[in-house]
Amino acid sequence: MTTQVPVAEDLFTWPAEEPALIAGRAADGTLVFPYRPRRLNGTAREELARVELPRRGTLWTFTSQRFRPPAPPYAGDDTAETFEPFTVGYVELDGVGLRVEARLTEPDPEKLRIGQPMELTVVPLGRDPEGNQTMIYAFAPVEV
Amino acid sequence: MTTVPEVAVIGVGLHPFGRYPGKSALEMGEDAAIDALADAGVDWTEIQTLFAGSMDVKNPEAVSALLGMTGIPGRAVFTGCATGGTSLAMAAQSIRLGEADLAMAVGLDKHKRGAFADHPSVSGLPEWYGSAGLFLTTHFFGMKINRYMHEHGITEATLAKVAAKAFRNGEATEHAWRRKPLSEEEILASPYLNYPLRQFMYCGPDEGGAAVVLCRADKAREYTDTPIYLRASTLASRREGAIEVLTPSLPVRDTASPTTHASREAYEQAGLGPADVDVAQLQDTDAGSEVIHMAENGFCADGEQEKWIAEGATEIGGRLPVNTDGGLLANGEPVGASGLRQIYELVNQLRGRAGARQVEGARVGYAQLYGAPGTAAVTILST
Repeated sequence: MTTQVPVAEDLFTWPAEEPALIAGRAADGTLVFPYRPRRLNGTAREELARVELPRRGTLWTFTSQRFRPPAPPYAGDDTAETFEPFTVGYVELDGVGLRVEARLTEPDPEKLRIGQPMELTVVPLGRDPEGNQTMIYAFAPVEV
Repeated sequence: MTTVPEVAVIGVGLHPFGRYPGKSALEMGEDAAIDALADAGVDWTEIQTLFAGSMDVKNPEAVSALLGMTGIPGRAVFTGCATGGTSLAMAAQSIRLGEADLAMAVGLDKHKRGAFADHPSVSGLPEWYGSAGLFLTTHFFGMKINRYMHEHGITEATLAKVAAKAFRNGEATEHAWRRKPLSEEEILASPYLNYPLRQFMYCGPDEGGAAVVLCRADKAREYTDTPIYLRASTLASRREGAIEVLTPSLPVRDTASPTTHASREAYEQAGLGPADVDVAQLQDTDAGSEVIHMAENGFCADGEQEKWIAEGATEIGGRLPVNTDGGLLANGEPVGASGLRQIYELVNQLRGRAGARQVEGARVGYAQLYGAPGTAAVTILST
């Protein structure tokens, strides 16, 4: 079986039954995603705590991508011929005042609606130079 | 008018936007510059400073090698899609500072077809953001208008009307790239590129040049009977919390866009308000952007676009004609030159020489640009 590896370190918890996105948290509660170890707060350089973000939220907005994005930088495991259109959106995470941009698992934009509940998942993206399967976070509609 | 203008535009020139195999960006800039000099009635040897904008040409100020190597300071300028506003502002600033009495702003570019590709690190973003297929400014345009339509009751039919107007105005513009009118039905039958934006609601990258000759306002009448005065030029960058291009996360907080900030400051500089504007050029990377920018520039409240556009308010002959030359949708976007095309159109409108697309009695013109990495420019001109 192919080894699955996160597309980047410090992006989401992995392997995990219920993966979560990783963010930095400042002393005033401000969340920084993607995670960075420090930020400039006014004139002071501030160390950020490494925290996990809530896995659920609601769809704030979304759009679709009809053509294979220019590669590089795109590193999907597909070609211009096999590319399948995908969707992206901002999910407003429950209770933390943060909207996160992400791939969505539903490829048809006409089946998505603003305000619907979403949950974090992790999906295959491409291959790294060692031949491992890279994994990226995405949000999936929650069946209600 | 409450302010005394210090800088005037005395000439504008254009190399039409489109596709020109075998012709370089610098050559297109050269043609635009020669056109602007002829319009101003001045020789290249009289120009004392040059500001040149381009995305694909590293040293666009090298256009002086084609125009004549006179030894004047030549500076490259780039602020993304707002570049034209910046080259114009910097040329004007050099006049205000007394560095030059006659200055030129020129823009030139030659882009390949299709979406712009780059490494995410040039925008301060991690590599995975590009790997995942998120590093595309077009996602922002689709996501922002989708949310905007949801919040403010804007319909898809309104987006189609905006695009149809652009191509209709393009038909009336001899130098436009897209001159074939498209019906709203044809536009709504084209595929979604970035939902809810369809193929015929998007501008494409292309090629071209544009140039402007500026001079001290108190000397403008030595050159022309119809000087156009620069009333305001502003530039604003993004603030935390606004939905912008290429943003992996944003806080839940209502924050005004850079366009809103650049616009407010421009009205203040000019001593004018939105109701004083007779003709406007708004960044229409896509039909949704034009709709949003109508409100962000203060012309109407959020949501009022639905009624305005249904009534034809932004058509030539309406209360506020927008993108009278077909805008980016009909002309495409050579990034370095696009903002100066707006100025070219406004100056022609304010001088009453816009032919079939003339806005009767236009005295105040307004131009707005927006693009990566969340930068907006506004210019206000008047007779």
